[in-house]
Amino acid sequence: MLALLVAQNIAFYVIAALMVFGAIRVVTCTNLVHAALWLVLVLSGMAAQYILLAAEFVAVTQVLVYIGAIVVLFLFGIMLTRAGTGLDGGLDNPRPAKITAGVIGVGLLGVLGYALWDGWKDQEFGPIAVQRTAQVSDSIFSTFLIPFWVISVLLLVALIGAIVLVRRD
Amino acid sequence: MYVNQFLFLGAILFCIGVYGVLARRNGVMILMSVEIMLNAVNINLVAFGAMWHAGDIANMSGQVFALFVIAIAAAEVSVGLAIVLMIYRNRQSIDVSELDLMKG
Repeated sequence: MLALLVAQNIAFYVIAALMVFGAIRVVTCTNLVHAALWLVLVLSGMAAQYILLAAEFVAVTQVLVYIGAIVVLFLFGIMLTRAGTGLDGGLDNPRPAKITAGVIGVGLLGVLGYALWDGWKDQEFGPIAVQRTAQVSDSIFSTFLIPFWVISVLLLVALIGAIVLVRRD
Repeated sequence: MYVNQFLFLGAILFCIGVYGVLARRNGVMILMSVEIMLNAVNINLVAFGAMWHAGDIANMSGQVFALFVIAIAAAEVSVGLAIVLMIYRNRQSIDVSELDLMKG
């Protein structure tokens, strides 16, 4: 049991370091296509963290929807706006705005970190049970049935809206 | 494992996303930063879901909400990229600092 916990902790910290590095590259790198590929690293690291939390269905959905669909959509968007050819100038705001953004980011991290540490100090998970897909579906189709319907309608509306927005006439 | 490990990872990623939204001026890059922020929220939901699931085996709310957030993110990015494409078609540029039509 202890060996498993140690292994989980090592996996967590390695994947977390990769994710933070990838996220920083996404917001700083000067090539749009490279940024989209760094985003893949962040998203797949997130799927690995879900597996560590024993949330198998969310992990699989993360890979399918984010890496399979959304990143491809981003790559199409980059290519259609002709911004993916080599190094692109003008991706970032001027330096004063970037410094302000950095200060806001670090300040927000300080506030969030204080609140989290104040709230959950060193509370442990306890034994993480596997959260099976059957339980997820039971929950969606009983407790959360009406939100599920609303999400379905919302996806339809988004589909129609996207088509209407990019029609040429 | 501590609950705070995952919460702090989410907080760090969220702040990186906030920095990206504020520091970038390319429309597609801003949408990518928003995706990082949505993912950071999702890991909080799944972590709390695992925490409550350990106490009450029938409680799956965390995962269900994470799935809803993933669906919303898919809708958001499709409409957002459609808007970005339309802006590009009209102005030949997706620099959001040029979009000052409603500036007073």
